[in-house]
Amino acid sequence: MKKRASVFLWAGGIISGLMLCIILLGCFWTPYDPTAMDPKAKFCAPSLTHLLGTDNFGRDIFSRVVDGAGTSFFIALCVVAIGCAAGILIGSLCGYYGGLPDLILTRVCDSITAFPSFLLALVIVTVAGPGTENIILALGILFIPSFARIVRSEFARCRELNYIKSARLMGAGGARILFRHILPNTFPVLCSAITIGFNNAVLSEASMSFLGIGIQPPYASLGSMLSDSQSFLHSAPWYALGTGGAIVLLILGFSLLSEGLQLKGQR
Amino acid sequence: MASVLHVKDLRVHFYDAAPDRFAVDGLNLTVAQGEIVGLVGESGSGKTVTAMSISGLLPREKAQVSGSITLDGHEIFACSDQEILDILGDELGVVFQEPMTSMDPVMRIGPQIEECLLNHRRLSKAQRRQLALEAMAQVELPEPERVYRKYPHELSGGMLQRVMIAAAIVSRPKLLLADEPTTALDVSVQAEILALLKKLNRETGMAILLISHDLHVVRKLCTRVAVMQRGKLVEDRPVEDIFRDPRHLYTQQLIAAIPGRDRHLF
Repeated sequence: MKKRASVFLWAGGIISGLMLCIILLGCFWTPYDPTAMDPKAKFCAPSLTHLLGTDNFGRDIFSRVVDGAGTSFFIALCVVAIGCAAGILIGSLCGYYGGLPDLILTRVCDSITAFPSFLLALVIVTVAGPGTENIILALGILFIPSFARIVRSEFARCRELNYIKSARLMGAGGARILFRHILPNTFPVLCSAITIGFNNAVLSEASMSFLGIGIQPPYASLGSMLSDSQSFLHSAPWYALGTGGAIVLLILGFSLLSEGLQLKGQR
Repeated sequence: MASVLHVKDLRVHFYDAAPDRFAVDGLNLTVAQGEIVGLVGESGSGKTVTAMSISGLLPREKAQVSGSITLDGHEIFACSDQEILDILGDELGVVFQEPMTSMDPVMRIGPQIEECLLNHRRLSKAQRRQLALEAMAQVELPEPERVYRKYPHELSGGMLQRVMIAAAIVSRPKLLLADEPTTALDVSVQAEILALLKKLNRETGMAILLISHDLHVVRKLCTRVAVMQRGKLVEDRPVEDIFRDPRHLYTQQLIAAIPGRDRHLF
C-alpha cells in the first residue's frame, strides 16, 4: 500500500511538475505566437519546426496547447479557490454550529447539486455572457456545494473531539476554534478535495469551451481546439491527439497526486 | 474560608430521559479556597454531568438545568456566552480523563499550553512563552524547552497529562476541575500525577475538585469527599471520617468494593 502510494505520488508529481514548468514557460515564451496565422504552413505534420504540427490556419499547435493549458490551469485554480474559500466558510459554520442555518444552507447546497451542474453553468454564462471572468464565476459557484459538504462533515466530526472541547474550556472563542484548531485538522481531507476539484474544474472548463461558450476565439483553449480538430480527424489527426493529450496529462498528473495522497492518508 | 465554588440545588434533566429521571438531582456542594474535594460515585451517578454543568459544556438544547452554580462570585447560569468564555481557562482550569485525545494533534505543545493566556491576557509572545515554560517546570516536565517544540504524538501519556495540567494552571485559576485525571494512566504514573496535584495545591492554594470512581485516589489526595448516587449527594464529609465510619449504605458498599491485598477478586 505504502509503495503504491509513493509510486502514485512520484508519477503524479513528475507529470504535474512537467506540465507546470511548460505552462509557466508558456507565460513568457512560446515557440510561435499562438494566434499568428501562416497560410503557407497549413496542416503541417509534427516536425522539428512545429513540434505538434499546425492547424487549419497554419497556427503552431504546440504553442496553442501551451497557451490553452495555461488558461485552463489559471481558470481551474481560480474556480477551486472560489469553491474552496466559500465552501470552508459555509461548511465550517454549518458543521460547527449546526441548527437551523445549517439545515437551510445544506438544503440549498443539495438543490444546487440536484441540477445537472453543466446546465447551471450554461445558464449563468448565457445570462452573464461568455468570457474568462464569467466562466470562473459560474464554475466557482458550482464548486461551492461539494467543498461545503466535505468541510461541513469534517467540522461536525471534529466538534465532538476532546481537544476541541478542551480548547473551548480554555476560553477559546468561536473563530479561534474554527480556524486555528479545527481547520488545520481537516487538511488531509481538504487536500484530496482540492486535487479532485481541480481536475473537475479543468474538465468543466474544457467541456464548456468545447461547446463554444468558454474561451472565445482567437484565444487558445484546450476545449475549443479539441472541438475544431473534430473536422480534421482524418486529414490532421495530430491536431486532436496533441490537444487531447494535453488535457489527459494535465488531469492525470493531479489524479495520481490525489490518489497517492489518499492512499498515504489511509495508512 | 471563602468558597471558590458553590453549587446550590443543581438539577439537570436530559430531555430524552424519563420525566422523573434527573441526571443530577438537587446537588449541594461547596469547595473552599485551597481545598481538595473528591466527588465519587459509580458510572452514571452524575459526577461528570455535574462537572459539565460547572464548566458550561452541557448542551443547552439537550438538557434542562436549574439551581445555581457560583464560581468565584460569578453566577454561571446568569452569565452570557462571552462571560462564560472569560471565566473558562482563567478562573477555572479543567483536566480531562484522556490526555491522548485532549491535545490538538497538529499543534505544538507550547502554543497549546499558552492557549489560556492567549485568550485571557494581553501578553507578548516572549512573556507567554516564559509563563508556559514556568508552568511546565512546575508540573515537573523534563527539559521544558525541548518539550515546548514537540507534537503531542511524540510524548507519553503521563507526560501529556502533565502538559494538560500545565495548560490548565498556566493562568493561575482559582479552581482546577479534574475529571478522572489518572484513569487512563498506569499505576506508577498515577501516583506521580496525584503527588503533583497535591504539590500544586500546597504551593499555589488552588482548590481542586477531583472527580473519580477510584477511592484509593480520593483517599490519597482529598481532604473532603462527596459521594454521589443516582444524581443525589448521599454523603459529604472529611475523607478520614468517611473511610473510618461510612454512614450511608452506598458509601459502605463503595468502600467494601475496594480490592484489597488479602481479598480474592475472583
